[in-house]
Amino acid sequence: MPALRPLHLAAEIGGPPRYDAAHHTGLARLAEGGALDFVTLGDSFARPGPDALAVLARVAPATRRVGLVPTVTTTHTEPFHVSSAAATLDWVSRGRAGWQVGVSTTEAEARLFGRRPAAPAGDLWHEAGECADVCARLWDSWEDDAEIRSTATGRFIDRDKLHYVDFEGAAFSVRGPAIVPRPPQGHPVVVIDGTAEPARDAAARHADVVLVRATTPERTAAIRDDVRHRAAAHGRAPDALRVLAALTVDLGDAETAPEPGLASGPPLAGRGTYYRGGPVDLADLITQWHRAGAVDGFHLTPITPARDLERIVNGTVALLQHRSLFRTFYPGGTLREHLGLARPANRYARAGERV
Amino acid sequence: MTAAAPKQMHLAAHFPGVNNTTVWSDPRSGSQIEFSSFEHLARTAERGLFDFFFLAEGLRLREHKGRIHDLDVVGRPESLTVLSALAAVTDRIGLAATVNTTFNEPYELARRLATLDHLSAGRAAWNAVTSSDAFTGENFRRGGYLDRAGIPRAPGSARPEGTPYTRAAEFVATARELWDSWTPEGAPRPVSHRGRHFTVEGEFTVPRSPQGHPVVIQAGDSFEGREFAASAADIVFTRHGTLDAGRAFYADVKGRLAAHGRAPDELKVMPGVTFVLGDTDADAREHAADIRRRQVSPQNAIAALEQVWGRDLSSYDPDGPLPASDPDPGAELVRGRVRQGDPLAVAARWRALSEEKGLSIRQTVIEATGRQSFIGSPATVAALLAEYVAAGAADGFILVPHLTPGGLDDFVDRVVPLLQERGVFRRAYTGSTLRSHLGLAEPVWKG
Repeated sequence: MPALRPLHLAAEIGGPPRYDAAHHTGLARLAEGGALDFVTLGDSFARPGPDALAVLARVAPATRRVGLVPTVTTTHTEPFHVSSAAATLDWVSRGRAGWQVGVSTTEAEARLFGRRPAAPAGDLWHEAGECADVCARLWDSWEDDAEIRSTATGRFIDRDKLHYVDFEGAAFSVRGPAIVPRPPQGHPVVVIDGTAEPARDAAARHADVVLVRATTPERTAAIRDDVRHRAAAHGRAPDALRVLAALTVDLGDAETAPEPGLASGPPLAGRGTYYRGGPVDLADLITQWHRAGAVDGFHLTPITPARDLERIVNGTVALLQHRSLFRTFYPGGTLREHLGLARPANRYARAGERV
Repeated sequence: MTAAAPKQMHLAAHFPGVNNTTVWSDPRSGSQIEFSSFEHLARTAERGLFDFFFLAEGLRLREHKGRIHDLDVVGRPESLTVLSALAAVTDRIGLAATVNTTFNEPYELARRLATLDHLSAGRAAWNAVTSSDAFTGENFRRGGYLDRAGIPRAPGSARPEGTPYTRAAEFVATARELWDSWTPEGAPRPVSHRGRHFTVEGEFTVPRSPQGHPVVIQAGDSFEGREFAASAADIVFTRHGTLDAGRAFYADVKGRLAAHGRAPDELKVMPGVTFVLGDTDADAREHAADIRRRQVSPQNAIAALEQVWGRDLSSYDPDGPLPASDPDPGAELVRGRVRQGDPLAVAARWRALSEEKGLSIRQTVIEATGRQSFIGSPATVAALLAEYVAAGAADGFILVPHLTPGGLDDFVDRVVPLLQERGVFRRAYTGSTLRSHLGLAEPVWKG
């Protein structure tokens, strides 16, 4: 029997809109106290809430290890700006940035920009995939050692290590190179919810972390297998993907958890991936799904962040740590290190070596 | 009766980079991209009680003779993200970002700026600049909203719409509509903007921010730029280095405010200036000469000459004389950089300078492109700065140090105390928002 893969845990820290930095910083620090891989902050142009990437940039200097993954949508934004902002989040967090790719499907969002009407999800995810593609190219457009500061020749950079990306997509084009030097992780970690069919191909092609919403371990495993197969078909190593089950959790009213270690089935409500129960039940569910090999980990969305995240960290995570199923400290410094993902090789540097 | 208190000056710090003012060859020159560099400079500026910390923007790497220009500092982070992070490690200093109105959309940018104002508890500022540069536009071909000449187009329109400034003015006005769309009590109200350049319909997602509106800065000295500043900006960022040019600009731009129903104090004139300090004035002049030699390397001297002459001059000796032949005025050798003016006139001026003083190519470039405004002992520099403000040439200064990250240390340690002794600069922050530092009122809510 193969060894159990390491368990990865992440938590969403959004919820009812909050605009003060202390609120988000407190939640991120709480997650960091539990050695979680990363926190996400959801975003949309059409519901109250601050710009998620800015919020997590504000959180970065107030935390040390936890990964920071804002949602940035690709439908009404310039890919060049998205690429620069995500790379900059990686610089200010010293290698802890991720980017959850989102699309804007509604007419309400389209009207805020007045540039084009809403489009079908399939088209938007195709475009989102192109956006992720050009961002990765822009992140590679500086080789890591492009800055040379050669006083003998007067050159600050070696321009042979900077590259035009010359990307032509269906809806946009970008010449490059990036303005921001290649970020500490090479590429910030790309996260895509691959549950829905239109997003799954973009997830298989471009994501490092794929979120899956399904109610049973069997169903989750099936989607995970599908994502891994598709990734392989695109020439990627399936083991370079982390698939996390996405659960919305309500730990509010069930303090009467069964004894730790009891194989009691957790109560799954009828709303898809909605989970209600106690912190111990949740630990049991995570243990079972993970032992079944259904997932690499979980992305938990607390229904009431301040209350539930505290219970997740001090209850569920503490128990998983006690059972030696989850780390008690961060062995590395970057989000890629937490996830066991390699720093991507630079496609342009490789091309250069072949010549 | 005591004499009236002297006029107070405002001070800001510009993070140096992406030009040849940064002396990257100095052993004390640190990273231009690591967050620690930004943190050090911003915290130093805050220690010096500065009004704000200012970041420029880059959207396309410059090219020289068809290749990426490699002699100056290249590469920088995205401004609003860095400023959001700096809000965590500073408490009072304003946080200003240059963000282009040509390659952004009002809804998204207004939201990012309002978010920064919330995250910093009222310290955000936006330098709203324009671009008419199709070269830069090659990184932003999503909307196709620039035509080939770089002129903005209205959505869905095939023909150019006005100038970059008409788009910028509508952009800033639209942002303000969005910032005003939540009532002070915290209720969102729908926005309906239908203009030449933008159509924005719906609800803004961010409540009115601590400053009401982030502070708006405008940079640019053209007629249109001055009018735009007088009508819409809180600060105008200029480049007038001399006392007389500064006074003329100051009088002109302040004189334009009344026509827009504004008082002279509602717009602060802040030139971007450099400085070099020494223990004595002679020391400082020596330092300044050394800095100029490092800024204008032999390679940089030839590149600067090529930018004017419009052709390859790589065979010329930087220690030899200027080319005898005239520039090619039509050549476009440099892309992504503001042109210095009519090449024939610039060349004539440089040649006259070279002949008059017997200067080589490198010496001529050093002399002709010098931008060090304030050179001297701390006492001399403090006196000069105070004189400019007293004489009506500026309301304050945006200081551009030569070094990252320590380039402001001496100024804060040695000049700020002298300004305080003169009674021309604050001894403590009296408020917590950037508007309060600048003495600007919170904008009246226009519901």
